[in-house]
Amino acid sequence: MSAHVPVAARRPAARDERAYARRESLLAIGMLAPAVLFIVLLVGVPFGLAIYYSLHDVTTGGTEVRWVGLRHFGELLRDRVFLRSLGNTVLFTVSTLVTVLVLGTVLAELLMRDFRGKWVVRFLILLPWTAPVALGLIGWLWMLDSVFSPIDWLLREVGLLGSRGAPLGALPNLYWLGDPVLAKVSIVLVNVWRILPLATVIVLAGLNSIPRDVIEQTRVDRAGYFRRLFDITLPMLSPILLVAILFTFVFTFSDMIAIFILTRGGPANMTQTLASHAFFTGILGGNLGRGAAIALFLLPVLAGVSAVLLRLIRRSEVT
Amino acid sequence: MAKLTVRDLHTHFGSVRAVDGVSIDVRDGEFLVLLGASGSGKTTLMRTIAGLEKATSGEVVIGDRVVNGLPPNDRNIAMVFQSYALYPHKSVYRNIAFPLEAVRTDRAKIRERVEWAANLFGIGHLLDRKPRMLSGGERQRVALARALVREPNLFLLDEPLSNLDAKLRHQARHELKKLHGRIGITTIYVTHDQVEAMGLGERVAVMNFGRIEQIGKPSDIYREPANTFVARFMGSPAMNLLLKDGEVIGFHPENFLPVGESFQPGPDAMRLRFLVSGLEDLGADLLLYGQVPGADTSPMGEATEVIAKLPARLAGELEVGREHEFFVRERFVKRFDAATGKRVGAPAAA
Repeated sequence: MSAHVPVAARRPAARDERAYARRESLLAIGMLAPAVLFIVLLVGVPFGLAIYYSLHDVTTGGTEVRWVGLRHFGELLRDRVFLRSLGNTVLFTVSTLVTVLVLGTVLAELLMRDFRGKWVVRFLILLPWTAPVALGLIGWLWMLDSVFSPIDWLLREVGLLGSRGAPLGALPNLYWLGDPVLAKVSIVLVNVWRILPLATVIVLAGLNSIPRDVIEQTRVDRAGYFRRLFDITLPMLSPILLVAILFTFVFTFSDMIAIFILTRGGPANMTQTLASHAFFTGILGGNLGRGAAIALFLLPVLAGVSAVLLRLIRRSEVT
Repeated sequence: MAKLTVRDLHTHFGSVRAVDGVSIDVRDGEFLVLLGASGSGKTTLMRTIAGLEKATSGEVVIGDRVVNGLPPNDRNIAMVFQSYALYPHKSVYRNIAFPLEAVRTDRAKIRERVEWAANLFGIGHLLDRKPRMLSGGERQRVALARALVREPNLFLLDEPLSNLDAKLRHQARHELKKLHGRIGITTIYVTHDQVEAMGLGERVAVMNFGRIEQIGKPSDIYREPANTFVARFMGSPAMNLLLKDGEVIGFHPENFLPVGESFQPGPDAMRLRFLVSGLEDLGADLLLYGQVPGADTSPMGEATEVIAKLPARLAGELEVGREHEFFVRERFVKRFDAATGKRVGAPAAA
């Protein structure tokens, strides 16, 4: 009798265990499914479609689809607007990245300190993030208007613009979005304005994660501000700073909202980027095949840079 | 190296008086222990000396210089935090070298000093490691080496042994004392552990509520406590306190002895009945817990048992649950004012 009991008891236990394991794996599949579905439908399908389009002559004007091989890509490499778009994309991304990193670190340092009216500053810094992108950009459109720009008004009032011998010229306006150089500056400015809050919050979180003892130790060890910043704070921040870089990079590199609303790629395609050029060519211009080919140029850069950054993040976390 | 003078120092945080009027003179090369429970203000006092907290009033003088307005960078002090605060991304070598790099020392000199400091603590073989690859004891040595690598005026240690396990702590305490003997830097050491304070300090300052209750040689503080707070704080087990005939009397457990063959009460001994309620055999010592019938054992509000500490060989002679005749020699009996807790009829301890 006593020998039977454990055997009899073990059987249902083993069955329970199998049932439990099956339930576990069902649960796992159930939990993963939405994410997998999401990636397949919203990333995989459009991506496959883009490759298909780029190798065919597809337009919005007809239903005919003709295989053209790599012809779109070949044409693009001889297209000056495309090459300028490529250059602009890199230029905008790098300038935005550098400015956001410097300003984000400075602002985060500022917000680490205690001072009167800190909540106002924090509120103002986070404000651009809470505003809808399109709304914020329309605000900027007005700020940079060729006639009513408040920035120009301010410059005129302080005597930097609009009078004979003024340092910024005698014309009443700077024509921010009409001048090729100023239009590029404007795009970077607006991108920085949009991404800075997020970057500041990320860096602030990183700064808060550095133990207070370590910072106090550097003061006792007689380190000055810049040694503390470059030798202790930034290296200890690097994992999280790389996350901020990755976000900023991906956002700006593939963004076209700012260009679509502010300049529409103008003047004379001077501010066109890969994303906006692809949109104007493929959707508005109707040449889907060529638009897809332009957009595909984003892929190797985004994938490559993301891979490198993720590797760096992992390495700096381990050490 | 330098002497340290603290004059009527106050450090308040809003309405909290963390340091509430402290004056100390620390001689050049002295080892002073600040002893107190958590919240007694000992760490704030040290941090104010370091310049990490701003003094509300009073003066901190290092050497001949009033340093109140100076940031920590300009005080030439070294400090070891309880957490050790090693720089996690730097190797042990770069950690120790950091205070030298911060004041732009040339490379050869840095190498020489780092090797000196590393050898002092026996961590020469660890120089290429990162802090996360070190044990607790090794981290503590790295922190000490980093603190001593540049000759500081003042060496501040904030509970540096509390993260070590008990055995290692014992050894580290001994080594710290030897080290101080060799280097002789003026040292302030903060701890809540009175055994550590007794073992390490040339002088001990007992702190409570932001003030210094008593400052003096460890043995003096132990034998001649200035008030009932110090009496209850020092020693493990602490001094017994009883309310008897309108005054508080105190005596140490090791001076509370049974009348018998082993111990003869002299003519001046104070005799007490002792009802033993518990017994602890610690190997070398025997601890007896109990009550003295007719005496109030809660003169300061907290009810405590009277403890006697005897040699273990007496284990067989004393029975739990019975009353025994005990005595204390008159010179070991300390008397305190029942109202204020201050010592009466004793040499005022310095």
